Amino acid sequence: MAALPPRSLIHRAVLGIGILLVVAQIGATQMAPMGATRVISLIPATTEMLFAMGAGGKLVAAGSYDRYPPEVERLPKVGALLDPNIERIFTLKPDLVVVYGTQTELKNRLERANIPYYAYVHKGLPDITETIRSLGTRVGVARQANSLANSIESTVQKIRSKVATLPRPKTLLVFGRERGSLRNIDASGGLGFLHDMLEAAGGADVLSDVKRQSVTMTTEMVLARAPDVILELRYGPADPGDAEDLRQWNALAAVPAVKSKRIYLLHGEQFVVPGPRVVLAVEQMARTLHPEAFQ
Amino acid sequence: MRRRLIATLALFGALTLVCCLVAPIVGSTPISLSRVFSRAIPYADNVDAQVFFIARLPRVIAAVVVGSGLALSGVVFQALLRNPLASSDTLGVAAGATLGATIAITVHADFNLFGVSVIPVASFAGSVGALVIVYLLSLARRRGTTSTVLLLAGIAISALLSAVGRFVQYLAEFTDTARTMQWIMGSLDVGNYAPIVAALVPLTLAAAGFATLPRVLDLISMGTESAEARGVDVARAERVALFSASLSTGAAVSLGGPVLFVGIIVPHIVRLLVGSDHRLVLPASALFGASFLVLCDLIARTILAPVELPVGIVTAVLGGPFFLWLLFRRVR
Repeated sequence: MAALPPRSLIHRAVLGIGILLVVAQIGATQMAPMGATRVISLIPATTEMLFAMGAGGKLVAAGSYDRYPPEVERLPKVGALLDPNIERIFTLKPDLVVVYGTQTELKNRLERANIPYYAYVHKGLPDITETIRSLGTRVGVARQANSLANSIESTVQKIRSKVATLPRPKTLLVFGRERGSLRNIDASGGLGFLHDMLEAAGGADVLSDVKRQSVTMTTEMVLARAPDVILELRYGPADPGDAEDLRQWNALAAVPAVKSKRIYLLHGEQFVVPGPRVVLAVEQMARTLHPEAFQ
Repeated sequence: MRRRLIATLALFGALTLVCCLVAPIVGSTPISLSRVFSRAIPYADNVDAQVFFIARLPRVIAAVVVGSGLALSGVVFQALLRNPLASSDTLGVAAGATLGATIAITVHADFNLFGVSVIPVASFAGSVGALVIVYLLSLARRRGTTSTVLLLAGIAISALLSAVGRFVQYLAEFTDTARTMQWIMGSLDVGNYAPIVAALVPLTLAAAGFATLPRVLDLISMGTESAEARGVDVARAERVALFSASLSTGAAVSLGGPVLFVGIIVPHIVRLLVGSDHRLVLPASALFGASFLVLCDLIARTILAPVELPVGIVTAVLGGPFFLWLLFRRVR
């Protein structure tokens, strides 16, 4: 390295300045202008948030899995988490794209195209209202967003206090299972919005010590954890085979939930979309776990 | 020969027996055997008995069925194709099974066939279907050595079926894609005995087919021409071998998912231990495959307790390095 010709120093200096410029450019991109007017949201949760805070009119496109509220149907669909359609996103000339935090490639491309983005990651229940507030500021409806977030927080708090003094049943919260069997049981672990919703609804998560968002359970784990209640969530509508499918649990006769027949099936997208409808989800869970509190 | 056979079977049989006796007792939850078999506690209240009879015993039996099924078909594919790297994956069987399962998961098909849910049925149909296509292709173009045609047709069909599978996954809902991934990683937590009994039907048929094969496979693995010169009906033997191997792979994969490497490494380990005589290799592989998978499953369900590893990851982590060693040993 000692014998470098002087020209390479100039090269390096030019390269260094270039990098600085690029970094400055990226910094500028991320500091997006306030009050975006042409917004694209690729994630069901943030699309719902935008509509609920009254900014649905600013959306020029949505993600391909976005179905709620019904007004979403009129918007063009530009892919989703794994397959965002960059070309269509660019041609719609958005001034804000709401992406998921893990969409690194999409974020890089938006940066290169000078399009501001908002990266969102869903974690716990408190993050939902936090996202609503900060997203609201970005699209220029801070006041409405704030009141939406406040009303979600106060409703959840009301449910929380309603069930606060009641005994908390040990609950297994299942959000997926191979139909017609007890294989590949996906349950909520001790982290994430499903866990938070269950705790708010007055249930004690039977997997709260397993600090993961989801845990694939075996029959042995279900027997060992001995839940008092099993809550199964399905994002789709109810279907005629459901009752028969729930009977699969009867094989585990020693589980208290099976003995006392406290196995419930809850349907609806609100259980898998961490958006404004969480209040609905928390209430349904609370009514299922503590019907006496809602009479 | 007879004495060697008895000694080999006794040794491998003892290994399998020990594994099967130890595995149901060990796990993430401590259980007491006296409580398991106690008549004083009604079964509905006996957690230990349910852990033993519902959570563990079916798993161990499933591991025996899947491990021996995959190992047996591995031996047959390797001998038939005269290729040490051949396995059920090579002939498109695994890809067919995966496609079947992917479709069943994606379209939310929901029916029960003799207490077996739709996914194992679909994956069984997929694996047998794939092999039938490959076989018909090899019949249609019987020129040169059949094994080459079979191999090439298998690789082509495998690639095609995987592509179709990926297309189906691409169209699928996000949660269904995650479910398909779970199935591909393999799991032996079958939950009850019905799927095991269902898998035993094709496996027994396959075993009957395998029983006619040892001598023929010895001759075929030297080359089809010399086998024909010694009076072997090679075409018929190939049919029996392919049909039996596809039944046993289909049964295994439908029960436990496409568990990686068992079909490749078990036959090799067994040949290192007992030589290449198929009268020894076939039964020894069945027993060793069973023991290997019971042990891998034991590791899978205890190493990260209370959560579990998919068994396919354990077999791959153990099998991968061994496979590389095998490869480089051959090169030297």
